[in-house]
Amino acid sequence: MRTAGVLLALAGALVLQTTLAGLSMAGATRVNLVLVAVVYAALAFGPVTGLLAGTAGGLAQDALAGSIIGIGGFSQTLVGFSVGVLGAQFIVSQPVPRFVMFAGATFLHEACFQALFALVETRGFRMLLAATLIQALVNATVGVTAFWVVERGPGLLQRRSTRGATLSRRHF
Amino acid sequence: MLDIRQRTGYLFLSVMVGHLILISAQVQSKTGVPVLEAVTFGTFARIQVAVAAVIDGVRNGWGNYVGLRGVRAENEALRRQVAELEVRLQEHRALAARSARLQELMDLRSRTTLPTVAAEVIAGNPNPGMLTVTIDRGAADGVQPNMAVIAPRGVVGRVIGPVAARAARVQLLVDRNAAAGALIERTRVGGMVVGTEDDDPPLLMELVSNLADVKAGDLVVSSGVDGIYPKGFAIGTVESSQEGPRLHRVIGLRPAVDFASLEEVLVVLVPARGATPMDGAPGGEGGQ
Repeated sequence: MRTAGVLLALAGALVLQTTLAGLSMAGATRVNLVLVAVVYAALAFGPVTGLLAGTAGGLAQDALAGSIIGIGGFSQTLVGFSVGVLGAQFIVSQPVPRFVMFAGATFLHEACFQALFALVETRGFRMLLAATLIQALVNATVGVTAFWVVERGPGLLQRRSTRGATLSRRHF
Repeated sequence: MLDIRQRTGYLFLSVMVGHLILISAQVQSKTGVPVLEAVTFGTFARIQVAVAAVIDGVRNGWGNYVGLRGVRAENEALRRQVAELEVRLQEHRALAARSARLQELMDLRSRTTLPTVAAEVIAGNPNPGMLTVTIDRGAADGVQPNMAVIAPRGVVGRVIGPVAARAARVQLLVDRNAAAGALIERTRVGGMVVGTEDDDPPLLMELVSNLADVKAGDLVVSSGVDGIYPKGFAIGTVESSQEGPRLHRVIGLRPAVDFASLEEVLVVLVPARGATPMDGAPGGEGGQ
């Protein structure tokens, strides 16, 4: 169930990411939904799930992007495992720690990703801090929102449906 | 059942290594060869180099060991061969020396009119008090007591009895009981040579007048007056000549024959009474 959920999340993230990239190239560069899904899985289910999700999501992202397969997988695996380990060590059930984790994971992923590219393509390490910061903030926001939605969404829906039923009873 | 969650670190490392391999498989190196292939090739090349070095070492060690074993066996074989060859060489040298001596004997025999028979010294002196040797000729060969025994260089001694059928004993001239009639070749001064059994001098020439002209280096030959030794055969050379306290000089002689290396001799089958060696005989009188 958990695996299926994670896979579905990753698939959804990929679809959204590619769709977003089709709509706006600039917008696509400001968020990494697959990374968000990986970090989410790591925070929610631990390091093993995080690293497996990172592996799957990264490889899929690499394959779809047409770049060197493995660089994104390596980076996201590292991120997923690291976030999972940190999430198990610290209390990250509040939005702020989660926000920090998402942002930090974005920086770690970008650093690792650029470093690998620098190694593979034998060019200098080039990391755009501003763009990375923006992506980190966006990713963190999306991630924290996702947590809020997943954790609070069912309750809200239940309360809303309960309120609707009461009103209908009053109405009739 | 192994729970993979308890092996998170190993799983993480495995996945990361897998990623690296995957990346390497797609990346070209500077030489155009995929990194994975280059790394794999380089790694295996190093392993192959190491393995080859080990194999070469083992092979060389084994080869050297076997080679050393072979060399050792060969060395032993060569040592045996060298020893055999040394023995053969010594045999050949001995044969050559013996041939030379026999040649000298043959020359001596051909130069003299005396009937002789060649004999080989087969034994030394059994009694320290007497200087004798045993030869392999005896009565069956016509050897009799008091026959002269000569060598290419000069007088050896005489046969003393008893004489066996195939062996005879020869008293050497250096024995203290031996004596021979002699004369100084240069001055024709006569005398008698006796043995001293001493090395300084081995022989003395007696009965030579103090007035006689005798010098060191003079050749002394047999005079034949003793009825044993044929005339004209070399006995030795004067080593020292001094006036004696009475009528006779004290003359020391150095024997012409090396008695220490006496191996082949000629036995004069008849007493040399009146016999004369042929011209050109070593130490002879030159036809006198």
